Amino acid sequence: MVRVSSVEREGEGMCTIRFPLERHVKPGQFFMVWIPGLDEVPMTASFVYGEKGITVREIGTATKALCSLKAGSRIGVRGPYGNGYDVLPGRALLIAGGTGAASLLPVAEFIGDQKQVDILIGARKKGELIFVERARKQSWEVHVSTDDGSEGMHGTVVDLAKRHAQKRTYDMVYACGPEKMLAGVVDFCKEQALPGQFSLERYMKCGSGLCGSCVIGGKRVCADGPVFTLEELAKMQEFGGWKRDECGLRIKL
Amino acid sequence: MGNLTTRVASLELANPLILASGIMGETGDSLLAVIEAGAGAVVTKSVGLEPRKGYGNPTLVELEDGYINAMGLPNPGIDAFREEMRVACGAKVPIIGSVFAATAEDFALLANRLQEYGAEAVELNLSCPHAKGLGMEIGVDPGAVEAIVKAVKGSISIPIFAKLTPNTNRLMEVAEAAVQGGADGIVAINTLRAMAIDIEARRPILSNKGGGLSGPALKPVGVRCIYDLHEAVGVPLIGVGGVETWQDALEYIMAGASAVQIGSAIGRKGLGVFAEINEGLSEYMERNRVKSLKELVGAAHE
Repeated sequence: MVRVSSVEREGEGMCTIRFPLERHVKPGQFFMVWIPGLDEVPMTASFVYGEKGITVREIGTATKALCSLKAGSRIGVRGPYGNGYDVLPGRALLIAGGTGAASLLPVAEFIGDQKQVDILIGARKKGELIFVERARKQSWEVHVSTDDGSEGMHGTVVDLAKRHAQKRTYDMVYACGPEKMLAGVVDFCKEQALPGQFSLERYMKCGSGLCGSCVIGGKRVCADGPVFTLEELAKMQEFGGWKRDECGLRIKL
Repeated sequence: MGNLTTRVASLELANPLILASGIMGETGDSLLAVIEAGAGAVVTKSVGLEPRKGYGNPTLVELEDGYINAMGLPNPGIDAFREEMRVACGAKVPIIGSVFAATAEDFALLANRLQEYGAEAVELNLSCPHAKGLGMEIGVDPGAVEAIVKAVKGSISIPIFAKLTPNTNRLMEVAEAAVQGGADGIVAINTLRAMAIDIEARRPILSNKGGGLSGPALKPVGVRCIYDLHEAVGVPLIGVGGVETWQDALEYIMAGASAVQIGSAIGRKGLGVFAEINEGLSEYMERNRVKSLKELVGAAHE
């Protein structure tokens, strides 16, 4: 178990939990985070350098419990698991929707060159935009959008990408966010003939590549993913359409 | 290349490596992924009558020598499983349907449905160590096991494999009862009852508290069970428990197994483990001028 060193509010209904952990973590990998007596949930690493961190949106009992932790609380941390992003040399475009920014900011920090990475962050409304200031430290081109127009461009982050990309070229697109948004980014990549890497989410039990709960198109999100290429997504019939519940039954996204 | 083909009851397998139940077997697509990785056959996740969520997390503890799990038999139920079987049965290797139930009648009904879906054999889960009223709670009673196998035998024409638990001193009796009931093969072993406690939280880690131990830590127990079963019963045996290398597979085969199942190794080593073990077995056979794997089955017995 690890001792939580800080819990900070991160926009509306979100928090970042930092903890010391002497393990190498790649951008895009995730932890299995245990709240004793309650649950264990997969959480993308939102900080991979120095003190590790996760950024949580309060949506259920486990995530609410995580956000009510205090410095000094103890949680179990398994992992990191998953492949993470394969960050390649060249100019990068990061497209984040909602808490997807948590997964992508470490990519910008890995690149570590403000000229080589552009960052687009979208959310439903101003209060749900996260890591914008953190992004500005890593990039000269940070742009935001909100669905309700309360900050930045009025529209989705996919619309923002379409507008922004007209004047630039990239070697790789990295994207994380709700699956409907990712489906939009896939179309964007195809239109612009850009290669892309996408971080997916599925209901997860073991987190270790065994149980098969998180399979999409024959690939395990926990072990073969969570990051998949454009080519891999093209073979996944259920991408953007449906996922599976705890029983393995199909449900529409 | 050594000849890796093997026969388990009426099933002809291109190689002796079978995907164990409960690993990547919940969806048709993931069964196909395992077949593509080189499995000679695959066993589905155990399916019951109704959709079942299983236990809450944590459901898995990673140890140096294996895992302890208590998934709680999550599955989409037999009706929804038709679609997964339709996808999986597109492949050219046998699909073995695994079933769990509380009564002989339900076992028979489920087995019949899986046969209808295209399964080439059924595996009866008489051994899950952590589900109330299911699995090993009935699988340690020879009378109940015989009745279940007999009921299933009456409802299908494909081979029946009984997967047994090591959590009993009556394994041989249970195996004999399964054979008496009409089992065409015995699968041994399921996981050993186990627990891990977090000393800082001062509580068991798994949400179900207890679970089942799998992986390399289990292998010597499994090999011993297969060795004893080979002397006790006359039906084909499938060895399972901690197979990660070609040497592990050979131990089980020499103890008496006609095939082995692979589970935890997929998490610990990845899907490449199927090709790796097959290659190792093939090279071993070439080096030792063994023409057919069948010559090695039970070779450790006098």
